[in-house]
Amino acid sequence: MSNEKGPLLEMRNIRKDFFGNQVLTDINLTLHEGEVIGLVGENGAGKSTLMRILFGADMIRETGGYGGEIRMDGQVVHFNSPFDAIAAGIGMVHQEFSLIPGFTTTENILLNREPKKRTVLSEIFGERLDTLNRTEMDERAANAIEMMGVSIDRNMIISDMPVGHKQFTEIARELSKEQLKLLILDEPTAVLTEKEAEALLASIRGMAERGIAVIFITHRLQEILSVCDRVVVMRDGYVVNESKAEETDVYEITRWMVGRDVKLTEAEDEGRSFENANTILKVEKLWVDMPGETVRNVNLEVKEGEILGIGGLAGQGKLGIPNGIMGLYHSGGRVIFEGNEIPLNSPRKCLDSSFAFVSEDRRHVGLLLDESLEWNIAFPAMQIHDEFLKKYLGGLVKWRDEKAIKEVTDKYIEELAIKCTSSKQKAKELSGGNQQKVCLAKAFALKPRLLFVSEPTRGIDVGAKALVLDALKKFNRENGITIVIISSELEELRQSCDRIAMVSGGRIAGILPASSTLEELGALMLSQVI
Amino acid sequence: MNEKTIEKKEKGAFGKFVDSFGLPRLIIALFLLLLLILAPFVGADLPTQISNIIARFSWNGVLVLAMVPMVHSGCGLNFGLPLGIISGLLGATLSIEFGFTGPVSFLMAILISTPFALVFGTGYGWLLNRIKGGEMMIATYVGFSSVSLMCMMWLILPYKSPNMVWGMAGKGLRTTISLEGYYDQVLANFLAIRIGNFEIPTGTLLFFAVLALAIWAFLHTKTGTAMTAVGSNPVFARAAGINVDRIRMLSVIMSTWLAAVGILVYEQGFGFIQLYMAPFYMALPAVSAILIGGASVNKASIMNVIIGTILFQGIVTMTPTVMNNMIHMDMSEVIRIIVSNGMILYALTRKTEGSR
Amino acid sequence: MNKTSKKKVNTDMGELMRRGSVPLMFILICAVCIPLSGLSPNMLVNEIVTRMGRNAFLILSLLIPIMAGMGLNFGMTLGAMAGEIGLILVSDWQIVGIPGMVLAMIISVPISVLLGFFCGKILNMAKGREMITSYIISYFINGIYQLVVLYLMGSVIPIRHTSIKLPRGYGIRNTVSLLNMRQMLDNLIPLRITLPGVGEVKIPVMTFIVIAVLCFFIVWFRRTKLGQDMRAVGQDLGVSRDSGINVERTRILSIIISTVLAGFGMIIYLQNMGNIATYSSHSQIGMFCIAALLVGGASVDKASIGNVFLGVVLFHLMFIVAPRAGAAITGDSMIGEYFRVFVSYAVITVALVMYETNKRRAKSRESERLREAQMEEEG
Repeated sequence: MSNEKGPLLEMRNIRKDFFGNQVLTDINLTLHEGEVIGLVGENGAGKSTLMRILFGADMIRETGGYGGEIRMDGQVVHFNSPFDAIAAGIGMVHQEFSLIPGFTTTENILLNREPKKRTVLSEIFGERLDTLNRTEMDERAANAIEMMGVSIDRNMIISDMPVGHKQFTEIARELSKEQLKLLILDEPTAVLTEKEAEALLASIRGMAERGIAVIFITHRLQEILSVCDRVVVMRDGYVVNESKAEETDVYEITRWMVGRDVKLTEAEDEGRSFENANTILKVEKLWVDMPGETVRNVNLEVKEGEILGIGGLAGQGKLGIPNGIMGLYHSGGRVIFEGNEIPLNSPRKCLDSSFAFVSEDRRHVGLLLDESLEWNIAFPAMQIHDEFLKKYLGGLVKWRDEKAIKEVTDKYIEELAIKCTSSKQKAKELSGGNQQKVCLAKAFALKPRLLFVSEPTRGIDVGAKALVLDALKKFNRENGITIVIISSELEELRQSCDRIAMVSGGRIAGILPASSTLEELGALMLSQVI
Repeated sequence: MNEKTIEKKEKGAFGKFVDSFGLPRLIIALFLLLLLILAPFVGADLPTQISNIIARFSWNGVLVLAMVPMVHSGCGLNFGLPLGIISGLLGATLSIEFGFTGPVSFLMAILISTPFALVFGTGYGWLLNRIKGGEMMIATYVGFSSVSLMCMMWLILPYKSPNMVWGMAGKGLRTTISLEGYYDQVLANFLAIRIGNFEIPTGTLLFFAVLALAIWAFLHTKTGTAMTAVGSNPVFARAAGINVDRIRMLSVIMSTWLAAVGILVYEQGFGFIQLYMAPFYMALPAVSAILIGGASVNKASIMNVIIGTILFQGIVTMTPTVMNNMIHMDMSEVIRIIVSNGMILYALTRKTEGSR
Repeated sequence: MNKTSKKKVNTDMGELMRRGSVPLMFILICAVCIPLSGLSPNMLVNEIVTRMGRNAFLILSLLIPIMAGMGLNFGMTLGAMAGEIGLILVSDWQIVGIPGMVLAMIISVPISVLLGFFCGKILNMAKGREMITSYIISYFINGIYQLVVLYLMGSVIPIRHTSIKLPRGYGIRNTVSLLNMRQMLDNLIPLRITLPGVGEVKIPVMTFIVIAVLCFFIVWFRRTKLGQDMRAVGQDLGVSRDSGINVERTRILSIIISTVLAGFGMIIYLQNMGNIATYSSHSQIGMFCIAALLVGGASVDKASIGNVFLGVVLFHLMFIVAPRAGAAITGDSMIGEYFRVFVSYAVITVALVMYETNKRRAKSRESERLREAQMEEEG
């Protein structure tokens, strides 16, 4: 790439924090016309936040803006909304489709940018009564599709299309914008078949030849190497490495992605071995229809008394495993607990078999936001084990025992150091970390034999993180409870678990002891990514 | 969430009070107070007025109470109240048809209406479980459809009692049936207190109190707790092993049965059974009463029922007298329509309750 | 490939069956009731033609909010009230015939726009439960309407003619005669045609022309930018907002247009009837129009002009023959009256239930696909 014209995009010292939580630190990124860079990093490394800043997302402004400056063609720019960014020539294809299901490809490509014809009525009532110029729409859509180099049916209704074509429609929409100079592709190949992905890579090269710069975000490192000029690796809000694609390889990138400072990578290996322990839970051929976290054909064994970690990238299906076993999403296959088969799709049966689950979705699944802590903590135990109830008339009337409920709540408030005004406080008024502790208390109160904990530290501050993980460990050690922790943070899994299963592409890619290096785990994590 | 708490802190004590009490409820309460103060000045007899309010409260209380179980389980406001009312009407007419009289006829009416309420409630609950999210609109039309279906039935069913059928044709039920000799005022006269113009229908109030207490007690049991949890967050409840559909079904059956009993209580106070299109518009006043009492689309308490019914019935009874005496214009009907529907609109548009 | 295409045909057939089931049921009801009613073909055809002219415009006004994803607009009653207010004022001013109608329409426009704006604003605050909200709005505004017509007209708003005023000096009578406007539009171009086997049929040519113009307007409107935006908003609010469409404004506009059209429709309806039932004309009109549209095969999220006309014919055929057929079977004419009311409500109930269950069916399909994929994998 020649530098004569100066860079198209320069991001200088970009910083961003969410309420004091630093997520991006001094990011510098330069991009030239017609250049393709690959942006890689684990979930939470800061890729999405960086792209949101570049694209002027509302959410950035609402959380206090960002530090540093963005220049396009040498001019400092400040986007107040995605529309500003689009006007400046930036296009973005998001992971979630942004398409109208009942519209044709053409209509979607030109959504809200349709060429129009003036009519008599529009002269009077304004331009919204202009009629659409269908012939010109067709032409422009056809041009955009041709530019992409992948042929899709212009007149097909989106809801009838295979996913891949939806993705191409989105890309064609960005290409149809005449001012487009920079295209951001956020994991575009995740939904594509191998063939379609190849076509997309070819079309990215085509775009670059036309002078469009591309930022390509993906977890498929092979794709990055084959199509990008440069690879930028992010980790924990920093750019940790930037190198030419031809000068690096998959192994090196993986290491950059997962590597931590040496002193942190010391896994707490107590050398507990469960080789000879009983298999407490056996999962066979499990599939789970959890949107965005689909599980395909998982086989897994959990040993009695261990803490098993399940790791993997977002969207690969690790969250689907506990949600499917616990019956919260539709699933199939076999789950055998201590030799008895547990029927699927029935939360009650799981809870009766003394499973418990702390959901990753605290606000929607984990808590009764509008109710008191007492209710939140005591409710499942009350319903499943008939605890905290006074029985009258020979058990016919089961009356809520407010005193017992308060007692157990106060016990857990103290034990887990939940910060609240009283046990009567509403759950929605607590901070994220304390809400998470309430969720744990709820599960502990069930006195489970097997506990699933999903993303225990998501969205909570550092202090609370340590507390939550310690509480889990203590629960495991003191009561001999088998725990399965599902988390995107490898570091966290290595510190708390005995074994770690890595999920990739909806399947278990492999199980390693927690003392394995991050590189080994990282390689498994990326092995079958879809 | 953060901003909201800050906002709340900035508001003074009065603001907090308005927040907790609800602005519309405050306005309505003040309006009723104004009417009560004005009443003596425009020549209305206050004791009579207050007796009136109490009487009408006693007639309507149970019908409003019938909202509570369904709101608790998250089925929304029970616009399908007419379905329960129809069960009650079937009980009432069959009780008379079978020749029961006096207080026994009231008891029998409740007994006979119970199986109908159970059957209708089950069907209605099954339907509502299939259309989660669209309950209120469909409930409205289930109510309407059932009322118009029963219109045909009242004509066709082989009722014979001469006190109920059209005299000329000898068949088909009349639109209004007098309850004299049956259960007219049976509850109201029980331990009734009369001091001059001031009257208290003690029996009816006690009957309401017993039912209200029963519901209150139910909500403190294991199943009642589960019902509240289902209404508060159905996903949480499901994750905690609750059979959400079954709990919802139970709440619908309870609401339907309460509506059946509610209409019987109403009739014993009013003195007549009203058939055909009469149950049609009975849902809206009950819905708005509980909302005026401070309930929302997914939260309601016994206190909301009591306060709401008093305020709503207070306005309904007081406006005509006071208005008539003051400006010689009876605008009470119009005011009732605007207030009650305005209240429902207010509740429907509250964002905080719009989890769907 | 073959398997999927076969499946597609199957779902299409299922879709067709679902859509067609309601009209089919009505055809059956009519087929049974027509012979029983003993009405002559001549009478039937004349009645249907008249009712087509009377109701089609009103029902057409429902199409645009459906397009914008706001469901069945129970708030069309608002427009009906605006139309009535226009007619009441015009008949007080003694402006007769077509000019009177046109003036009434002109008066109704600002009222409709105002009410439609109010309704749209409220509906934007109650997304996801538009129907129940618009239904309650119609009751609420009915209260306001009564306040205006029963108390303010004659006391605040000048009403001169005692023929429409209540004897007490203010408020409008229960019925306002539109004798000098009666069927003026219908008879503007008189035409009677003779059909073989049916006899002479009177055609309200001008009314049909007006309806045809509205149909063309709707077809044209779908092709405008605003129409396209409404379709987009109706299908996915979030995506439309992200693409820069002003979602709130678009939704409000769809309700305003619908309300204004309903106002015109009501005026056409009432000129055919020849009098206004001041306090009840509008109260049932929304329900009957919605029922007719659904009978024509429309659903909560999809309706076409064809549904309107099929609906008018089938629904009103049932309406005409049901009371007589009921009387013929049971000897009681009231049975038929109640039957047709029941059918109207039942048809709306069924349509609403079908709409909600379809929404859920779409979800379960995904699991099915996943299970199949796993089966295939295992061989």
